[in-house]
Amino acid sequence: MAAPARVPAVEGWFTTGDDGAAPALLGSRCEACGTIAFPAEASYCRNPDCASSAFETVELSRRGRIWSYTDARYQPPPPYVAADPYVPFCLAAVELAAEKLVVMGQVVDGVTVDDLTVGDEVELVVDTLYREDGCDYLVWKWRPLAGAGGGED
Amino acid sequence: MPDDKRVAVLGAGMHEWGKWGRPFVEYGLAAARDALADAGLGWRDMQFISGADTIRNGYPGFVSGATFAQALGWTGARVSSVYAACASGAAAIANARAQILAGLCDVALVVGADTTPKGFFAPVGGERRDDPDWLRFHLMGATNPTYFALYARRRMDRFGATEEDFAQVKVKNARHGLANPYARYRKEVTVDEVLASPMVADPLRLLEICATSDGGAALVLSSLEFARRQGGGAPLVTIDAVSTVTPTFPNTVIEMPNFSTDSAAAFADGHDAGGAGFRPSIASAAYAEGGIGPEDVSLAEVYDLSSALELDWYEDIGLCGEGEAEKLLRDGETALGGRVPVNPSGGLSCFGEAIPAQAIAQVCECVWQLRGTAAGHQVDGARVAVTANQGLFGHGSSVLLSR
Repeated sequence: MAAPARVPAVEGWFTTGDDGAAPALLGSRCEACGTIAFPAEASYCRNPDCASSAFETVELSRRGRIWSYTDARYQPPPPYVAADPYVPFCLAAVELAAEKLVVMGQVVDGVTVDDLTVGDEVELVVDTLYREDGCDYLVWKWRPLAGAGGGED
Repeated sequence: MPDDKRVAVLGAGMHEWGKWGRPFVEYGLAAARDALADAGLGWRDMQFISGADTIRNGYPGFVSGATFAQALGWTGARVSSVYAACASGAAAIANARAQILAGLCDVALVVGADTTPKGFFAPVGGERRDDPDWLRFHLMGATNPTYFALYARRRMDRFGATEEDFAQVKVKNARHGLANPYARYRKEVTVDEVLASPMVADPLRLLEICATSDGGAALVLSSLEFARRQGGGAPLVTIDAVSTVTPTFPNTVIEMPNFSTDSAAAFADGHDAGGAGFRPSIASAAYAEGGIGPEDVSLAEVYDLSSALELDWYEDIGLCGEGEAEKLLRDGETALGGRVPVNPSGGLSCFGEAIPAQAIAQVCECVWQLRGTAAGHQVDGARVAVTANQGLFGHGSSVLLSR
């Protein structure tokens, strides 16, 4: 049986790593003032003192530290596409030091809140969000680094 | 603009909060009629009607001012309808106040009402891949309570808040709401009962997360001169300031429905990821405008979307310093009988949220408290009251009242 096609659940927000490079979130950097934004801005800079509309696409840091975290014990409503039966997942807000921003994402399967602590280091992976019509729809997730709790098994 | 930026609150009215699924117009109409009767005025006296919109009730909800005006009967009154998410009610108050202070009208009616679906708030219908509110559900399954839970966990990590502290907020508010005839939930709970309720988004449990409700609230506002002519027996309550501030860049605290904060990378120093953020600026703008400080406040109505979030507000509206909210709570200072009762109405904990009505309801409660007529949950000698809330997508909301 052929492997399911891997399709980003949203276009242009992250690289999948399918080309062998490590996956990363894609943000924008204002060419005038250096402000970074995720998801990427294409038409305006969020800095009120900057009227630039020229941006370059940048890969954000792949590692950060947990700013806070929680979980979703009950199945979220659509447009979330939940597995059947529903399996709770964790969410983390992760601080990226270089970009000086906090970005959210699900935490990889198999991690519970008991495995997480504020300040833990995590790294970005790309994983299946849901499977539909023979495709794996992909999203970014955070994975605790070894020694920081969690784990893949 | 006049030097005196106060407007008078002549009337306040509410429809009880609950879950009936009837048209939102009914709730708004009942509240409006109560507010008019409270003011001793008729609908034909209103020169301006300011509606707070609801986005889950079709076109009539998007043009709520006109919808309420038609339900009351067309009189030719001028109209405004405004949406600012949870801050819609404050925005509607701000519009009416601006008309009055500009001298464009003497007396105005403000109305907000909502009919809400059951369960988690989901984004409004349709596939909208350019809408962060749609995308956060689709890509992360991030419901509203998960954002509240991120803040709650921060408090635990930074300030040593405990699950019991959060439960105590619920216990306090449940007790406050017992005698409030407009509250949906009027039942005492114990810490054990809160901690035994199902976990929804760790560390927040079912009894600590505000429900979605139907309800309606209304105010009759006027110029001070009109109020003097009107006379009346009750002590005159005034709105001294209305804050409808937006955030300042970079906004470095993660906020619903966003995926990330602004980046502070373009700033050399003074800005950290996850730093002070937007919330503390909301009430401070009201204090500055009204020339009144948090030390003068007798009571506060704040947006306790979760039990833990109420603790954040204690600090954000200046009742105590950062990290001191748990002590304020544990010392009983924010309970009825304490130094500065918070959510004497019972708060969202006892009401659930009827989005466009909620910020107006906060003001109604303050009006009754300042008049001394909040039977069964009165704050003794209340002279100054403040409300605070925050609407999705950068809407601050704080109203300062005094008598």
